[in-house]
Amino acid sequence: MSAIGVAKQPLHLVNRLAFGPRPGDLETVARLKPQAWLAQQLHPESLPEPPALTEAIAQLDTLRMTPPELFAQFGPPMAVMGVKPDPAVVKAARRAARVVVQQAMAARVYRAVLETRQLREVMVAFWFNHFNIFADKGLDYLWVGAFEEDAIRPHVFGRFRDLLGATARHPAMLFYLDNWQNTAPDAPGARRRFEGINENYARELMELHTLGVNGGYTQADVTALAHILTGWGIVRRENPARPNFARRQRRLAAMGAVRTREGFFFDPTRHDFADKVWLGRTIHGSGIEEGEKALDVLAQSPATAHHLSFKLCQYFVADNPPADLVGRLAQRYLETDGSIREVLLGLFASSEFWDLGHYANKFKSPYEFVISAVRATGLPVRNVQPLIGTMAMLGMPLYGCQTPDGYKNTQDAWLNPDAMMMRLSFAAALGAGRLPIDRPPTDFMTDNPRHPPRALLERTGMAADDGIAAEATPDPIELAMTVGDMFSARTTAAVEAAPNNLRAALILGSPEFMMR
Amino acid sequence: MIKAGKGRALRIGRREFVKIAAAASARVLLLGTHGWVARAATGDSSRKRLVVVFLRGAVDGLNVVVPYGDDAYYEARPTLAIPRRGDGAVVDLDGHFGLHPALAPLMPLWRDGTLAFIHACGSPDPTRSHFDAQDYMESGTPGIKSTPDGWMNRVLGVLPGHSATSVLSLGPVVPRILSGRMPVANLPLGRGAARPIALDNPRIEQAFDRLYDGADPLSRAYQQGRLARARLIGELRQDMIAADNGAPSPEGFPQDAERLAGLIQHDPSIRLAFTALGGWDTHVNEGASRGQLANHLAQLGQGLALFANQLGPAWDDTVVLVISEFGRTMHENGNGGTDHGHGNVMWVMGGAVRGGKVYGNWPGLGRGELYQERDLAVTTDFRAPILAVLQTHLGLTPTQLATVFPDAPTTASTPWLIRV
Repeated sequence: MSAIGVAKQPLHLVNRLAFGPRPGDLETVARLKPQAWLAQQLHPESLPEPPALTEAIAQLDTLRMTPPELFAQFGPPMAVMGVKPDPAVVKAARRAARVVVQQAMAARVYRAVLETRQLREVMVAFWFNHFNIFADKGLDYLWVGAFEEDAIRPHVFGRFRDLLGATARHPAMLFYLDNWQNTAPDAPGARRRFEGINENYARELMELHTLGVNGGYTQADVTALAHILTGWGIVRRENPARPNFARRQRRLAAMGAVRTREGFFFDPTRHDFADKVWLGRTIHGSGIEEGEKALDVLAQSPATAHHLSFKLCQYFVADNPPADLVGRLAQRYLETDGSIREVLLGLFASSEFWDLGHYANKFKSPYEFVISAVRATGLPVRNVQPLIGTMAMLGMPLYGCQTPDGYKNTQDAWLNPDAMMMRLSFAAALGAGRLPIDRPPTDFMTDNPRHPPRALLERTGMAADDGIAAEATPDPIELAMTVGDMFSARTTAAVEAAPNNLRAALILGSPEFMMR
Repeated sequence: MIKAGKGRALRIGRREFVKIAAAASARVLLLGTHGWVARAATGDSSRKRLVVVFLRGAVDGLNVVVPYGDDAYYEARPTLAIPRRGDGAVVDLDGHFGLHPALAPLMPLWRDGTLAFIHACGSPDPTRSHFDAQDYMESGTPGIKSTPDGWMNRVLGVLPGHSATSVLSLGPVVPRILSGRMPVANLPLGRGAARPIALDNPRIEQAFDRLYDGADPLSRAYQQGRLARARLIGELRQDMIAADNGAPSPEGFPQDAERLAGLIQHDPSIRLAFTALGGWDTHVNEGASRGQLANHLAQLGQGLALFANQLGPAWDDTVVLVISEFGRTMHENGNGGTDHGHGNVMWVMGGAVRGGKVYGNWPGLGRGELYQERDLAVTTDFRAPILAVLQTHLGLTPTQLATVFPDAPTTASTPWLIRV
C-alpha cells in the first residue's frame, strides 16, 4: 500500500474533513501543512467565524429559542375552556411555524457552505444523521433545529456520553421515538395517554445509537431498558393559577422530578421504581439515575466503541472500512473514555486514512454533492431553497429521513441512473448561473423548501429563454483552480471541447467531482 | 433518434443506444416515489406479472385480518380491537377472521375469489429490528446479511425467455429487493416525472455524453439513465395527459396504483413491479376502526381496488403480494399503540389467485401459543407463498426457484394459492 503524495494531500483533507474546497482552500492547507490545518479543524474555537456567516446566522432568530419557547410561540393553538380552536386558526399557526424549520435548514446550509471550521460542520451532519429525527413527525417540526443546536452541535468533538445524554433528554428525540409517553403501567401518573410501556426508543437507543444490532442484547433487555426510561418526557404547559399548583410542584420535586430549560421533564409519577435486570446486571430502582446509569453502561460498551468506529471509518475512509483500523479506533475510544476528538485524531493519523487506495474512493451523498458544488463556485448563498429542493429530488431531503437509522453513506445507496440525471441537471443549472441562490428569499412563509427547483425541471439552456436572468456565473478557469488538479484526460478533453459557457457545468458534473 | 413525446426527440448516439438497448431487454420502472416496474424481454410471450407492495414499518396484521373469533384478541386490546359487531365492526371473511372495515373496498375481490390471506406468516428470523427484518425480506435470506442482491432482482435473472436482461426503475433510490447483478435504471415518477430536466437540452447532453462514455459504474449509471428517459418519458407524458382529462386523480397511493395499471395496459411486457409505502410503525395512537392505521389502510385498499378494476382483463395475469417486515405485539401498549412483534398477515390478490380463503395454520393467541409470550407466532415462512406464486404463476423451475430463494423451505408438491 502506498501513501497519498504531498501534492494530493490538501484535496484529500478538504474532501474528507470539509465539504470540498472553496476558492483558496487548497492553497491554505498547502501553506499551513496538513498537520497544522488538521489541528485547527479539531479545535474550531481556535478559528474565528467568517463575518458573512455571523451576519447570515444573526438573521435566524428562532435558532436561539428553546423547545418550550418554540412551542409557546409556534405550537398548535390550545383549547380554551374546553373549546377547540377554529381549524383556520390551527392551519394559520402551522403555516406560521414553517419559519422554524426553514431557518434551521438555512442555518445548516449557510454553515456547511461558508464556515471555515468545516470539520465541525461535517461532524454536525454526521452525528445528526446518527441520531436522526424526522422534522415531519408531530411536533418535531418545531424542534429539529433546536435539537441540532443544543443536543448535537456542542458535543461533536466531546465525549460520546455527553452527546448521547443530550440527545436522550432532548424533547425532539423524546417525541420522535415516543419515549415521552413511556410510562410504568401501575404508576400513579399512568393515565390517559400515559398508560404503559413504549419500547420504541429503548430499542433504537441500543440498536442504532450505541451497541449496534449485533451488540448482544435480547428482547428482554429492550423491555427492561424501556422500564428504566419510564417517565423520561417533555415539560408540559402548566397553569400556575391552578389550585394546588405550588404544592404539586413541591411534591414532584421531593419525588425526584427533574426539569430543564430545554424542556426535558423526568416525571417520577410515571416511573417504574422496581429493580430491573438489564444486560446481565441489576439496576436498582432509583428514578432518573437509572437512565443515566444505563447511558453510562451503553457509552462504555466495547460494542458501542466498535459500532461508532465502524461508522466513522465508513464515512472518512471507505465504504468497506479496514477491520484493523476499526478495531484500533474502538480501542482508542475505550481508552479515552469515549472521546470523539481522540478517536478522530487516531483516524486522521492512521496509515489507512492516508492510503492512496482510499483516495477519492467515496461517492458523495446528495448532501455532500450539492454543498461541495456550491462551495466550489464560491458564489454567495442567500437563498437555500434551490439547494434544499435538489437534495429532496436526489432522495435525501434535509431533516426528511423518516426512519431513525438515518441516511446511508455508501456508493451502493446513492449511485443510480436517475441520480446521475438529476446531479448533472443540477450541475448544468448551477454552472450556468441559473439557480437563484443569490437572491434573498422573498418570503420565508410561502414556499415549501423541498419543492424541486424550477431551473432543474426545465430544459434550461444557456439562453435565458424563459425570462430567468442568469445569476452570477462561475468562471470555469477559476473553478478548475479551486478544485485542483484532479481530472482525467477524458474529462480534460471533454471540458476543453465544450463551449465556454458549458465548461463550469462539466467540471461540476464530472466523474471526479462526484467522488471525495 | 428516439421519439420522446410532443414531437421532441432525445438524442442518444446510435451506437450507444444499440449497446444499451441490447442490455435492456427487461426493465423496471417505479411508480410514485417508491415503486418499480420491470419489463420482459421482447420475445417472451408470457404476460404473467407480479406486483409486490411492501408496507415498511411493520403493519399491525392482527388489525388487518382480525381474529375476531378469539376472545384473547379482545382481552389484549381494550382500546385497539376492531369490534365484532356494531359501529366500525369487522367485515366477516370466514366466520373466524374479519377484515378491517377500512378495507371494505376489497370485499368484491374476496367475494369473487381473487383475494386471499396467509395469516401467521413471517420470517423465521426472530429480529424485531425494522432494518434487519426488511433487509432479510428483501434479500430473501433471513439471518444472512451478506447476501448481495434482492430476490426480485434474482427473479429477473431467471425469468424464462431471458438472456441478458436489465432493470429500469423510477425514484431517487433503488430498493434492496431490486438491487443486484441485473442492471437497474430508474426514472422519477409521481407528479413531476415526465417533466423535462436540464440534461434533456441536447447541447448539455452531448457534452456529458463524452464525459460518461466508459464502462465504469458512473458511466453505466449515466447511460442507463439516458436510455430510461429516452424510452419512457414520452409514454409517461401521454399517460399523465390522459389522466388529467376528467376527474382529478386521487393523491398518494391510489394515484400511483392507477398509473401503474395504465402502464401495464400500455405495455403488456411489464413483468415485475414493486412499490413501498411507509407510515405503519404505530407505536402511538394507532386507532381502531378509525384513526391512523385505518386512514392508511383506506388509502391502500382504495388503491388496490382501483388497480384491479382498471386492469380489466389483465387482472387475470396479475398477482399482487402485500408484505411487511413483521407484525406487532398482540397486546396494545400504554400509548394506544403496538410495539414490534413477530407473525403477520400476507395479502395475495389477482385473477389467478385461489382466493376467498385465509390460508395458514392459525397458532392461536392463548397463553403458551404466542411467540415469546407476546407475539403472534409464525407458522408459514414468508418465502412459501412467494415460491408458490413464482412457481405456478411465473412458471419458474425448481432450479430457478432455488436461485431466487436458496435454503428456502421445500416447495409444496401440489400447487396451492394460485390456479394452475
